[in-house]
Amino acid sequence: MRYVEEFRRRDLAQRLAAAIAREADPARQYRLMEFCGGHTHAIFRYGVQDLMPPNVGFVHGPGCPVCVLPIARIDHAIRLLEQHQVILCSYGDMLRVPGSGRHSLLKAKAAGADVRMVYSTRDALNIARQNPQRQVVFFAIGFETTTPPTAVAIRQAREAGLKNFSVFCNHVLTPAAIHNILESPEVREMGTVSIDGFFGPSHVSAVIGSRPYEFFAEEFQRPVVIAGFEPLDVMQSTLMLIRQLNEGRHEVENEYTRVVSRDGNLKAQALVAEVFELRRRFEWRGLGEVPYSALRIKRCYAEFDAERRFAVTLAPAAEVRGCECPRILRGVKKPVDCRLFGNVCTPDNPMGSCMVSSEGACAAYWSYGRFRQPAGEESVA
Amino acid sequence: MCLALPARIVAIDDRGETATVALGEVRKDISLALIEDARLDDYVLIHVGYALNKISEEEAERTLQMFAEAGLIDEGTA
Amino acid sequence: MNAEVKAFAQRLDLKRGRVDMSHGSGGRAMAQLIEQLFLRHFDNEWLRQANDQASFAVAAGRMVMSTDGHVISPLFFPGGDIGSLAVHGTINDVAMSGARPLFLSAGFIIEEGFPLADLERIVASMARAAREAGVPVATGDTKVVERGKGDGVFITTTGIGVVPPGVTISGELARPGDAILLSGNLGDHGVAIMSSRENLEFDTRIVSDSAALHGLVAAMVEAAPGIHCLRDPTRGGLATTLNELARQSGVGMKLQETAIPIDPAVSAASELLGLDPLYIANEGKLVCICAGEDAGRLLHVMRQHPLGRRAAIVGEVIDDPHALVQMETAFGGSRIVDWLSGEQLPRIC
Repeated sequence: MRYVEEFRRRDLAQRLAAAIAREADPARQYRLMEFCGGHTHAIFRYGVQDLMPPNVGFVHGPGCPVCVLPIARIDHAIRLLEQHQVILCSYGDMLRVPGSGRHSLLKAKAAGADVRMVYSTRDALNIARQNPQRQVVFFAIGFETTTPPTAVAIRQAREAGLKNFSVFCNHVLTPAAIHNILESPEVREMGTVSIDGFFGPSHVSAVIGSRPYEFFAEEFQRPVVIAGFEPLDVMQSTLMLIRQLNEGRHEVENEYTRVVSRDGNLKAQALVAEVFELRRRFEWRGLGEVPYSALRIKRCYAEFDAERRFAVTLAPAAEVRGCECPRILRGVKKPVDCRLFGNVCTPDNPMGSCMVSSEGACAAYWSYGRFRQPAGEESVA
Repeated sequence: MCLALPARIVAIDDRGETATVALGEVRKDISLALIEDARLDDYVLIHVGYALNKISEEEAERTLQMFAEAGLIDEGTA
Repeated sequence: MNAEVKAFAQRLDLKRGRVDMSHGSGGRAMAQLIEQLFLRHFDNEWLRQANDQASFAVAAGRMVMSTDGHVISPLFFPGGDIGSLAVHGTINDVAMSGARPLFLSAGFIIEEGFPLADLERIVASMARAAREAGVPVATGDTKVVERGKGDGVFITTTGIGVVPPGVTISGELARPGDAILLSGNLGDHGVAIMSSRENLEFDTRIVSDSAALHGLVAAMVEAAPGIHCLRDPTRGGLATTLNELARQSGVGMKLQETAIPIDPAVSAASELLGLDPLYIANEGKLVCICAGEDAGRLLHVMRQHPLGRRAAIVGEVIDDPHALVQMETAFGGSRIVDWLSGEQLPRIC
């Protein structure tokens, strides 16, 4: 597999590890937040932390759109099934996420609801075409990487004159999330979470470009390196962050140049701008309300907006007591700091989204890292 | 984030809307709606059934070169 | 023959006919289904006796019995079908004790409306698998359920076998210092299944590895009667099987990712779907845990056998109170290979 295997070579890993060990200043700590679930996954799956010196550690941020989706939105999706008997098409990631009362799409399916797992919005459109008598709703989630495909689907639905297709839109925006973390009291004022630098998300950046991060680097005086998500990319980016920190720089650098440019994918951005607009506010699980952080379907495409098409009654949603997902998502606590972790809350029986998504900090930690205290990861809170 | 893989375009349909890509030995049909100017043998990043961006061969080589040189960096930095 | 009253007015329409409730009711229609479909393909001395049970002498020794229900979808996939899978799966479960499989039984629960052509295809495949394995289907049963209450067809197979003297193979016998061997490529079956399921289509040359392993096991047991554990990594893949054995034996395991054989096409398909090959099902592979000094000899014997050409030593058993399965990654770091939670679903994130 070209462009995949070369970026996993062990010999190159050794070299990068040696360079990092040489350049990391033993007199200081380097706490680097990887915002993106793909990076969390790469770090754990390949054991990248093992190749780091003890003073270089990764903080896992809220870069998992599954993890940050509020319980109320999952409840909404389930109510669409229960109140309107729609066919709900969803990516696999969402099926096990617990909503209120630990209900989930998978459990709704077991109870008879028509939930269908799809790999692509194209599959959802096909299902709508094949079932003209039924209403088909696509459960749209994801950051900026996944939004353009939804935009394309909505436009195609219009071109095809589909009357039975709509989208339940939960697309969220990365810069807003990063901003929210950096502005949070723990980081800004209290200084209890020191985040020295960021790994910029790989594929969000492929769409939005590297330009949007320039604001953060400047405003918060922290370096950002846009990193590919193969393990060698992560290591090279670590080296680049260490260098910036050693040299007192706070710039946006791009390690993932084979895919990411400063402007990004303008065609995709234009399609998104045609179909979606900003919500004034949107609640993120763990981060609370974040202004201008999420998208909704524009009025000119209102007929494809499931929130407008279907009225739904919702009970107020509440987080499970004791669940530390909110703090874990902000990097303030570690999975082991949550008293539910490992006893009540396990991947088989997830209480919160950090455990359900395989990229959630808790799931990743459970699957790959528990029982070992990786070097560089001390408990902060 | 977001699982996206590099794959090579091995066939493009007449209208230039969809393509067949190969990831190693596996083939899949994907949409070209998000990119321009797709050609046979181009490498593209695919995500949820769409080509998201083209992959620059030149930049990929340069990046690999960067990795290889990491161990050879001047001793001056420490 | 001319003077004989014809038992059945018309032959079964195996091309266009469908199973209906009468085929399960115990009457003439059912007798016809059994005779013109099941018996025609399974034909052996026990079934010819047409009793409700099969009778045979039992060899002296320890007997082994195993049963498995098969509810897979799709029913037909590259490299096999529910029928061949049902035969191979139960033969393998019996063989994993070191036993020589002797007989199988097969129970069918068929949904009303199921095409007879498909049923025949499945039965022919089962019969062929049983014949090639040398393990006859000596007895069986058929029931029909109403439309909507089955998933086409469910098949339950039960197998019995006899363990050679001096052989004790069981999941709690792994010990620190033991070698872990794998008989071949991981993930073929799961990927073959996924390639034919709707919404996850892709062209790949991967076919299911579904196969009867008792011949391979016999060769292995002869070479090293002191084998500690054998298990076939089916649902949940190698990771699940090793975690089970680790827990049963109260030991830890350490794997080498670079030693694990995987077909490049399976690797590629797993990448595409965001799946980990360690968790993908196999239907023609086995894991063997043996004393370190037996490993070399066993590996050699396995590689001589057609079903073990790609056999490899993939790790070792270690002392670990937490009974964890760890792996040194190809990259040089290390990770835990945990139990599978729920079903592994393709992901986009």
